[in-house]
Amino acid sequence: MARNEFWQGNKALAMGAIAAGCRFFGGYPITPSTEIMETMAEELPKLGGKFMQMEDEIAGIAAALGASIAGKKAMTASSGPGISLKQELLGYGYIAEIPLVVCNVMRGGPSTGLPTKVSQADLMQAKYGTHGDHATIAYAPSSIPECYELTIKAFNAAERFRQPVLILADEVIGHMREKITIPEEGTYKIVNRKKPKVSPDEFIPYKPDEDGVPPMPGFGDGYRWHVTGLTSNEWGFPTNDAKWIDLKANRIIDKVEKYKSEIIEYKEDYLDDAEIAVLSFGSVSRSALRAVIELRNEGVKVGHFRPVTVWPFPEEEVMALAKRVKTIIVPELNAGQMAHEVERIAGKYTEVIGHSLINGELYKPSQIMSYIKEVC
Amino acid sequence: MPRADVNNLIRAQFMPHIWCPGCGHGIIMHSILRALADLQIPKEKICISSGIGCSSRLPGYIDACTLHTAHGRSLAFATGIRMANPDLTIVNVMGDGDGTAIGGNHFIHACRRNIGVTAVLMNNNIYGMTGGQASPTTPEGAMAATAPYGSIDPTFDVCKLAAGAGATYVARATVANPAQCTMFIKKGIEHQKKGFALVEIVSFCHTQFGRKNKRSRPQDNLEWLKNHTVSIAQAEKLTAEELKDKIITGEFVNIENAREYSDRYNDVIARAQKA
Repeated sequence: MARNEFWQGNKALAMGAIAAGCRFFGGYPITPSTEIMETMAEELPKLGGKFMQMEDEIAGIAAALGASIAGKKAMTASSGPGISLKQELLGYGYIAEIPLVVCNVMRGGPSTGLPTKVSQADLMQAKYGTHGDHATIAYAPSSIPECYELTIKAFNAAERFRQPVLILADEVIGHMREKITIPEEGTYKIVNRKKPKVSPDEFIPYKPDEDGVPPMPGFGDGYRWHVTGLTSNEWGFPTNDAKWIDLKANRIIDKVEKYKSEIIEYKEDYLDDAEIAVLSFGSVSRSALRAVIELRNEGVKVGHFRPVTVWPFPEEEVMALAKRVKTIIVPELNAGQMAHEVERIAGKYTEVIGHSLINGELYKPSQIMSYIKEVC
Repeated sequence: MPRADVNNLIRAQFMPHIWCPGCGHGIIMHSILRALADLQIPKEKICISSGIGCSSRLPGYIDACTLHTAHGRSLAFATGIRMANPDLTIVNVMGDGDGTAIGGNHFIHACRRNIGVTAVLMNNNIYGMTGGQASPTTPEGAMAATAPYGSIDPTFDVCKLAAGAGATYVARATVANPAQCTMFIKKGIEHQKKGFALVEIVSFCHTQFGRKNKRSRPQDNLEWLKNHTVSIAQAEKLTAEELKDKIITGEFVNIENAREYSDRYNDVIARAQKA
C-alpha cells in the first residue's frame, strides 16, 4: 500500500536514495544538509547498509567512491563549503567513471556565507566546479515528493551513465515539510550498473559498449582491473597518447550528451497562450508559480517554465518557448546564473529579464508579481 | 628473477615502471608481492589502493583489483571499500607527503577507527615525482627544492603518530632489509582482520633527495640506511643525542585482541534491526 508521510525534504532525499538501492553513505555534518546523513545513520543499518561519518568532507566522498568501486550504490551529501571541498573527488568520479550521487542542499556563499539561509548560487559550480571537462547531470527538486522521486532518478542516471550525478536542492526544500505519498516498490524504475558479460581474462575495463558506457564489475567480483584518476586508455592504464586521450576525453562527455533528450525533464504551467513566461527552478518555482496563478486571476497572460534537470539544461524547449513569448523573466537566488544561460539560448528570439535576490530570503509571490508588472 | 608465484602477481603489460633505476620502491613492491604470494591470497580478492606520487604508481603493476586515487585520499577510499566488501584483502600504499601531509587527516582517523586495512607507508623523505620538495619526513637540515637553505621543519615519526592515533599494528623496516619488510607486511596483512596496520618502510630517493644531500647513488643510500638502522632493543641503550639520526626498526604495536571497524559495524546493524 502506498502510504502518506509528512516529511522534511532532507529526509525524503535520504529515503529516496535508500529506495533506489543506496547501501553506503559517507559524509560530514554541515548545515543545511545534515538531516540527510542523520536519516542515513538511522535507516541504512536496518537494511544491512553502511553509514559512515567521516573525518572531513573529502573523506565522505572518497569513502562513497570506494564503496561504489566495491559494488555498492553510494551517496554523499553536503552544502556550501562542503561541496567546494568535494570538487576534486567529484572530478575523480567523472574520469574514473564511478557511479555516485552527490546531494547539494544549497546555502548562501561564498565561503561560510549563510549556513541557515537559502541560495541557488551553486548552479554554475554544479556544472563547472571541478577542473576539467565532463558532462553534468543535476536534478533540482522543488517539492518533497520530488526530493524522493528525483533522488531515485539520480541513482538511475549515475548507474546508467557510470558517473557522479548531482541533486541540487536548497535550504528551503531541504528543511520544509510537506505531504508525500510514498510510491510502492515496483511502481518506479530502478537501474543497476551494467556488469561485464565476458570472462575476467577477456575483460577490458574501459572498453565502452555501443552507448559509450563500459560495463563495471565491483572489486571482489572476480575481475581484476585498474582504476585511476589519470587519463587512461581502454585498459585503464595511464596514457599520454593523444589518440587515447582524445577518445577518453570525448567519450565521458558524449556518453551523456548523446542521451540528453532521455535525461532532460521540465515542467510547463499556463504556457499555452502565455505572452510572458517566468522561468525558475527549485524553491523559487513555488513562489513563481503562485505569482503566475495570481496574475492569471487578474487576466495577465503569463505562464511558468521549470527546468527539473538544470543540467543538462532543457535548451531546445527553452528556445521553443522563446519563439512564442514576448518576455522571459528569470527570478533566482543568485546574481544571474540561470538568466545568463537563458539569455544565451533565448536572447536572440525574445527579451530575457533576470531578477536576483541574494539577501538570504526566498521570494514572496508578491515580489515576483510586482516585478512582472513593473517590467511588462 | 622473482619467484614464479610473485611473477604471477605482476602486470607485465604495464611495464616498464616509472621508477628511476635503483629506486628503493621496487624493493617495497617486491616485499608486498612476496607477502601476498606467501599468504596465497587469490588475485581477485586482493585490493591495492594508493594516493598520488612515485609510491602510488605501485598498484598499476600488480595484477589485482587496483585503485590509484587522488593525492592523500587513498585511506578514505580504502575505508569505503572495506565497508562495502569485508572479504577483500586491502593493501594501501602511500608516500610520506601523500600519507602524512595532504592525507594526514585520513591517516590518523584510519588509525583511530581501526579500519581493516594494511597501510604501507613508503617513506623516501621527499616529494620525488614533483622534483624533490621537502615533506613532513624530510630531516631537519636536509636540502630540498623548497628548502634550498636546509629544512627547519621538525619531522613526523610516522610510527609514533600511528600508535598515538590508535593503530593496532605498527612496525618499521628499511629497504636495506627486504626480509624484514616482507615479514612486517605479511604480519600487517594478517592483522587486517583485527584492524588497521601501519608498516612504515624507509625507502630512498637518490634522484631527488640524494642528489641534494650527498647520497646520489643508490648504494650510498643503502649503506646509509644500514649504518643508521638500530633495532628497538638497541635503541633502548642509546641516548637521545645518539638516536637523532637513527632509524629504529621493529614492531612497535601489535594488539592481538583488537576488533576491526567493519566487524564492529555489524553490532550497529544488529542493534538497528532489533530496534
